[in-house]
Amino acid sequence: MRTIRIGSGAGYSGDRIEPALELAEKGDIDYLVFECLGERTVALAQQARMKNPEAGFDPLLEERMRAVLPLCAAKGIKVVTNMGAANPEAAAKKTAEIARSLGLPSLKIAAVVGDDVLDACKAGDFPILEFDGSIKKLGNRLISANAYLGAEPMAAALARGADVVVTGRASDPALFLAPMIHAFGWAMDDWNLLGQGTVAGHLLECAGQITGGYFADPGYKDIPDLARLGFPIGEVGEDGSLIVTKVAGSGGAVTAQTCREQLLYEVHDPMKYFQPDVVADFSQVTVEEIAKDRVRVGGGRGSKRTDTLKVSVGYVDSFIGEGQISYAGPGALARGRLALDIVRERLKLTSVAASELRFDLIGVDSLHGPLVSAHANEPYEVRIRVAGRTESLREAVRIGNEVETLYTNGPAGGGGAWKSARDVVAVASVLLPRELARTEVRFVET
Amino acid sequence: MKLREIAHSRTGDKGNTSNISVIAYDAKHYPLLLEHVTAERVKSHFAGVVEGEVVRYELPNIGALNFVMSNTLGGGVTRSLALDAHGKSLSSALLDLDIILSNDSK
Repeated sequence: MRTIRIGSGAGYSGDRIEPALELAEKGDIDYLVFECLGERTVALAQQARMKNPEAGFDPLLEERMRAVLPLCAAKGIKVVTNMGAANPEAAAKKTAEIARSLGLPSLKIAAVVGDDVLDACKAGDFPILEFDGSIKKLGNRLISANAYLGAEPMAAALARGADVVVTGRASDPALFLAPMIHAFGWAMDDWNLLGQGTVAGHLLECAGQITGGYFADPGYKDIPDLARLGFPIGEVGEDGSLIVTKVAGSGGAVTAQTCREQLLYEVHDPMKYFQPDVVADFSQVTVEEIAKDRVRVGGGRGSKRTDTLKVSVGYVDSFIGEGQISYAGPGALARGRLALDIVRERLKLTSVAASELRFDLIGVDSLHGPLVSAHANEPYEVRIRVAGRTESLREAVRIGNEVETLYTNGPAGGGGAWKSARDVVAVASVLLPRELARTEVRFVET
Repeated sequence: MKLREIAHSRTGDKGNTSNISVIAYDAKHYPLLLEHVTAERVKSHFAGVVEGEVVRYELPNIGALNFVMSNTLGGGVTRSLALDAHGKSLSSALLDLDIILSNDSK
C-alpha cells in the first residue's frame, strides 16, 4: 500500500521555526504543511493590503521559507501553507523571490486565489450566524469576507507540479487533505475516506498540540523536553489509515492521551464536523498506541458535503481600553479590591462612555470570575485589571488613565502600572452558496 | 475525589462557544464520567462564566465526553474583554469538580 508522510510545521502564525526545520531534515517527510492563519488574521492582513497592495500575507513567511526551502528543494518535499492570508499571490511572488535568492530557481510556486468573497457577500446580503445582523447591517464597518476553501484547488496545484502551494483562507484540515487527494487520487465524493483524511488533518493542524504541547500537567501528565518539542508527522496510507508520530529524539511525546485530547479540540458535535469537502464524523474514531511515539488513529467517517461554505467576515467592532497595576505583601488583596472600587467610581464620576466593563483581580479571579474562584486563597501579590469597551479610541484611553492615576491617588504600594487602548477587529461568520467562491491556481515566475 | 484524578481535559474555542473534553485516563472510569459529569453539573460549576446552554456529547470509543458551552467567551474570542479570551484555562477549572463515589461504584 502506498503511504505518504506529512509533517506539520506550524500550528499558528507565530509558532517556533526550528521544529519545522527538524521535520525537513530528519522527518523523512513528503509534504510539509504550515497552518498559520488565525480567525481574525485575514481581516488584519486585509487592512494591511489596503494600505499596500504588495502586503497582506504572513509576516513570518520570509523567515519560514528561508529556513526550510533549501532542504525541501533538495529532498523534493512539497510545501503547503495558508501563509498567503489576504494576499496569496503576493505571498507566492515573495516566495519565488526568496527561492531565487537561495539559488533555487527551478521551484514551482503556486498561489490559490478565490477565497476572497467580499463582493459576493455584499451583492447577496447574508445573515450573520453569531448574532442578529447581516452583511448589509455591518455597512462600512465590514473589512473582509473570506471563504474557507476546501482541498481541491490545492490538490490541483500539486497535480500541476507545484513544489510550494500558498493559499489564503482554507479549512485547516484541508491543507493536509490536499496532499492525500493528490497522492492517492481519492474521489471527491468518497465521503468516508475524506472523513478519515479530515481526522488526520485535524489531528496534525495544531502541530505541537499533539506531540505534548498544551498538555503537560506535572505529576499527572508529564512530558519530556518541552523546550525541544518535536512537531508531528502523519503517516497516511492510501486507504486512509493513519499513524501519528514525530522525529525520533525530538522533545515531547505522541501518546493515546495526546491524540484523544487533540481529536476533540475545537470540535462541537463529533458526528458533524463541518468541512468544505465533507461532513466528517469523529464519533467512531479509535486510538491505539502501537509503539513509543506511534499512535494509530482510525475509524473516521464522513457524509456528503453541504452546499455552502463558511465565510469568515472581519469587521471593525469597537475599541478596548485597559489598565493594570499590582499590589503585594500583607493586605494586598484588600488594597487590590479597594483599587478596583476606586476605578469603578472614577469611571462613573468622569462619565467614561463604556458599553461593557470588566474588573479583574489577576491571581484571584481574572480567568474564571468571582463565583468559580470563590474558594481561592489569599495571594502574596495581586494585579488588578480594568478593561472596557468603547465607541472611540479617545474614550478607551481614559480607562487605562484611571488605573494609572492610582499610582499617586490610590491605595498604598501600587506598582507596575500598565495601560493600553486599541481598536478591535472582530470576526463573525456567514454561509455562502459554494459556487460563489470561484477558485483559481496561479503559478508565479521564479 | 476530584475529577482530575481520573480524567484529563482540553479546551477549544470557536467564536463565543467553548468546548471542553473530559477524557478518562483509564477506560474503566468512563461510566463514572457518564454518571457524574453531566451537562447540568458542568453548567452550575461554571456559574458566572457560561451564559448559554451546555450540551454533552458522548464518545465511548475513546472514553471521552465533549461539553459544548454556548455564550461563554465574552461575546467571542476576537472581541472579548477577558484576560483569557479563548477560555483556554477552563479545562483546568473543570478538573476541580468533585466526584462523590457511592459504595457500589468504587
